[in-house]
Amino acid sequence: MSLCEAEKTFVLHGVEENFRVDGREREDYRPMELETDIVSHAFGSARLRLANTDVLVAVKIEVDAPFPERPYEGKLDFFVDCSANATPDFEGRGGEELAVQISNALSSAYRSPNVFDLRKLCILKGKKCWKLYVDILLLECGGNLFDAVSLAVKAALWNTQVPLVKQVDIDGNNINLDVSDSLSDCQRMDVEKAPIMVTVCKIGERCVVDPNAAEEKCSVGSVVVAVAGRKISTVLQTGTGSLHPVTLLECLTLGVKIAQRLDTALWDTLRQIKPNQDVGFLK
Amino acid sequence: MPQKIYIRLASHRVNTSVAVNQRHPKIFTPGEVITTQNEFMRGHGTYEENGELKSSVAGVREQVNNLISVRPLKSRYNGEVGDVVVGRITEVQQKRWKVETNSRLDSVLPLSAVNLPGGELRRRSAEDEHMMRQFLQEGDLISAEVQSVHSDGSLSLHTRSLKYGKLAQGVLVKVFPSLIRRSKTHFHNLPIGASVILGNNGFIWICPTINNTDESVGGFIQNLEQVVPKQERETIARIRNCILALMQSKMLLYDTSILYAYEESLKYSVPELLVPEAMVDTAVLTQQRLCMIENE
Repeated sequence: MSLCEAEKTFVLHGVEENFRVDGREREDYRPMELETDIVSHAFGSARLRLANTDVLVAVKIEVDAPFPERPYEGKLDFFVDCSANATPDFEGRGGEELAVQISNALSSAYRSPNVFDLRKLCILKGKKCWKLYVDILLLECGGNLFDAVSLAVKAALWNTQVPLVKQVDIDGNNINLDVSDSLSDCQRMDVEKAPIMVTVCKIGERCVVDPNAAEEKCSVGSVVVAVAGRKISTVLQTGTGSLHPVTLLECLTLGVKIAQRLDTALWDTLRQIKPNQDVGFLK
Repeated sequence: MPQKIYIRLASHRVNTSVAVNQRHPKIFTPGEVITTQNEFMRGHGTYEENGELKSSVAGVREQVNNLISVRPLKSRYNGEVGDVVVGRITEVQQKRWKVETNSRLDSVLPLSAVNLPGGELRRRSAEDEHMMRQFLQEGDLISAEVQSVHSDGSLSLHTRSLKYGKLAQGVLVKVFPSLIRRSKTHFHNLPIGASVILGNNGFIWICPTINNTDESVGGFIQNLEQVVPKQERETIARIRNCILALMQSKMLLYDTSILYAYEESLKYSVPELLVPEAMVDTAVLTQQRLCMIENE
């Protein structure tokens, strides 16, 4: 999508006046819609729709060997797929760069043990652990992908059920796992502190959160702040522009503030979830 | 004061239907049998199989004498001569521009079909060809009229009237083309202080009221210095949100429906209109008012 100069001017002046194109203030978020457990054959899944941005996340689990340097930890792997249905720009290898950027941001945000405890995924020290594959599919792009993806990932991980290992038999070099067949024996993961990413977009001289596609086109650069609890776990910059240190500080403070509000809103919603409320895609 | 952040569950989604004890038109799905009698003629959106007439799109049936066609609910724009469209320039080529108009193929705007600055009757010289990007460049929005439809369905546009041309500051809203009601004029100066161009192709342009005083330039002027005052900005944002509310409930868009929706929405603040409940409420109240007018 391209914008003409006049449209950009209109957006720019609106941000300056704290009255954006859709009437929001600079710190306002658009309403979102969330559904968990939407993919029946995944261990956990979530779909988040933020205006026109649509993200589907599914978590798969496999048994794997831990890294030799981290024998006590499980593995967490992010993969982003940019569907060409989202925008024609993603056709072929067009979405690859964005996909790598998002998955790198996520793995860096989830790396710290204070954020997400990978030791819970260990089955047998140095030999066996669970590996979580978090697959993210971008179905539609309407701006603010990072925030939507991080919320959906957190919801999907919250929804994920890790099977219970009843017994481990070690016979020489062979290790047999006896995994419980019962679905009720699964354990949920602790995602209390899982990071939320907030994109703070610099438009003109001001910073806005939750930019729509048109506003993203008007910005010279944005800062993505991943916040876990009250601490910043990762910061990255997208776009070409440069930032003044004062602006950067402002962005970070704003990001932390918004992330905490988002986190509260997400937990309020997750607590309302009851089983068998399927909606799916067709309704 | 920043607004609350809403994350709602999909199972708590609000019902967007505005049909209150009304007759629903039957919606045919692809492959559904429309009629088994073979005295009918096969129109757009239908096909024949084993002597039965079936629908090839999801939509409502329309019948003119013996001709049955199915009009799709959502589709790309199928142009007709004389339609007003809003489009975006995607490419500058030799003697013509390519315009994105929500059709299956990009439309064409020939250099010979625009009013160049400096008078109606002017030869198009080679210099004009070199200057094309100064008139309209990639990304620019224009309003235009469909001049002809080619055999492959692609459109040829013209802006040979002073009301068409490049669009200045404002907002573009995209809706399904089937939601735009055809009417005599698609340019509306609403009394609430904004102008709306309802393009037949589903692109709606909302901008501050246009003063038709200095039009000798033929619509290639953009004033980027001018700041739209807050009041007008609020009106534009409210109209934008109202149009989206009407679209969510699949209501026809024309000047009266937009005006009514605007008036009914006044009890909400503009950002509140992004919340689905407020959108449906506005649409339902608008629908009721439109029904009342119809019954009178």
